[in-house]
Amino acid sequence: MTTTTTRPAPGRAGPASPAATERVGRVLAPIVVGVVGLAVWQFLVSVVEVSPYLLPGPREIGSELRDNAAAVREAFWITGTNAAIGLVFGTVVGIVLAGLAAWARVVDGMLAFVVASLAVVPIVALAPVLNSMYGADSEYGRRAIAAIAAFVPIYVNTVRGLRQTTPQHRDLMHSYAASGWQTFRALTLPSAAPHVITGIRVASSLAVISALVAEYFGGPRGGLGSFISTSAATSAYALAWAYVVAAIVLGLVAYVVTVAIERLVQWRLPTGGRS
Amino acid sequence: MTTDRPLPTAPVPDQEDHVDAPQPEHERPARRATDSEPDHAFGAPPAVRASGVSKTFGSRRSQVSALSEVDLTVAAGEFVALIGPSGCGKSTLMRLVADLETPSSGSLEVFGKPAARARADQDYGIAFQQAGLLPWRTVAANIALPLELHGAPRAERKQRVAELVELVGLGDFARSRPDQLSGGMQQRVAIARSLAERPRLLLMDEPFGALDEMTRERMQAELARISVETGAAVVFVTHSIPEAVFLADRVVVMSARPGRITDEIVTGIGRDVVRDEHLREDPAFFRKVTEVREALHAGPVSAAGAHER
Ligand SMILES: Nc1ncnc2c1ncn2[C@@H]1O[C@H](COP(=O)(O)OP(=O)(O)OP(=O)(O)O)[C@@H](O)[C@H]1O
Ligand SMILES: [Mg+2]
Repeated sequence: MTTTTTRPAPGRAGPASPAATERVGRVLAPIVVGVVGLAVWQFLVSVVEVSPYLLPGPREIGSELRDNAAAVREAFWITGTNAAIGLVFGTVVGIVLAGLAAWARVVDGMLAFVVASLAVVPIVALAPVLNSMYGADSEYGRRAIAAIAAFVPIYVNTVRGLRQTTPQHRDLMHSYAASGWQTFRALTLPSAAPHVITGIRVASSLAVISALVAEYFGGPRGGLGSFISTSAATSAYALAWAYVVAAIVLGLVAYVVTVAIERLVQWRLPTGGRS
Repeated sequence: MTTDRPLPTAPVPDQEDHVDAPQPEHERPARRATDSEPDHAFGAPPAVRASGVSKTFGSRRSQVSALSEVDLTVAAGEFVALIGPSGCGKSTLMRLVADLETPSSGSLEVFGKPAARARADQDYGIAFQQAGLLPWRTVAANIALPLELHGAPRAERKQRVAELVELVGLGDFARSRPDQLSGGMQQRVAIARSLAERPRLLLMDEPFGALDEMTRERMQAELARISVETGAAVVFVTHSIPEAVFLADRVVVMSARPGRITDEIVTGIGRDVVRDEHLREDPAFFRKVTEVREALHAGPVSAAGAHER
């Protein structure tokens, strides 16, 4: 520290610059892309005069967002809650069942078929069934859909992660006469962690999309998906796009949350080069 | 220059012959620095006693006989090198002693106990042929693993790890992760880990295989010193004849298909002879190297084994 302050400016910039540039770049790059994108968009709308029916301009969407701030926020909240509840539930069930499957092959055999089926059932088919099952004014159907969507990648990745221990490492733990719990703590869990994280990362965006799309197929009004579809149906395209923007923000929030979880796990259970 | 050098701690005054003078194990003084228990006092059980041990792998249809009728006794505090062509069952023998495999027939005792019991009691430390470090742990944390699992207090762990990291010359890398180390450095971490609990029996499977000649010689000297200081018995697998002779009290020569012991050569170099450059240049040392080489070639050299090398 003391040496850097006494150094001349170029010397100070020298060693610090690669990391600093990288950090600035990481923040700046998406912003630049966003700004350029918005500019092109606005250009298309105001100069080239693409019909606002096809594509409303960013300015228009911005004013719709401002005018309907309260409604958008509430819809954001509803969909976000559904997605979050679905994600948490799907994650917990997925990890617990994966633990059972890794522990007893029988369970794996029993679940493999169910999971494979769940993975391919389309939301289009599932949503109306669950919505009518829980009643027209219940959010549970949507949460169930989000949970199912989240469950599949979590389960699949966790099962794989729990099988990542190498014979060599198992021999090592065996040579230490380590108990089952010790082996799990010191070996199985850290080997599985990166895979579980991958599962959560995939699951989080799936949960958001599923919660959103499920709203297209009945259930109570409210939520970003419902409003996107009703606004579009009433030709309020700028408003529909305003909800889409909110949905994108929701997706970004989900992404940031998973990155935070990833960092937390990495910090508690560093995985070295493999992640 | 080497011949007229007085061996400082050689037990036999006649230096030309000292290598040939066999030393009965039980006459050596107890040297276990960390433990006053007279492990290899008269009548103490040997570190390893294998009698008629065979090991067959595979299903009924395709069987591989890895070991056949192996008899081997390693006295407490004795340093035994295992040498033989690739695939002759050296690793298998070591894994049997470590209770990572069970013999197909024959009996195996470690410190007078069944191998499973010795493993439960943590009587041995093992360094595998591959380093086998946990990639998410730092060098220090890898070395600390056995101490952690067996409940050593934090302060003790820290101190021991610091010692070991220095011992294997990785002081600057204590906080690095295995994937930041070279193969030889990883191997040294594994060696440090095997030494962590000062075991009475060290099982080492080609531990220096990945090391450069300089480091290898230094690690050999360190291992020799450690084995003397702790009085630990060592079973040491190697493909290097000079290394085997340099380190061991006894070199056990094996041959392949089926894996069995074909010869044993007592080096006669006492445990208390300092393992250094002088010993490497000693004519008596060369004679033993030749003897082991001849024993190795006398056995039917497995063609497959020769190709694998
Ligand atoms: N788990 C196993 N299953 C089947 N065969 C095995 C197994 N482990 C070892 N073998 C066989 O046993 C024989 C001896 O193997 P081992 O690993 O003990 O040889 P080695 O003497 O250590 O060889 P190297 O010097 O190459 O390490 C080989 O033929 C090998 O194919
Ligand atoms: Mg081997």
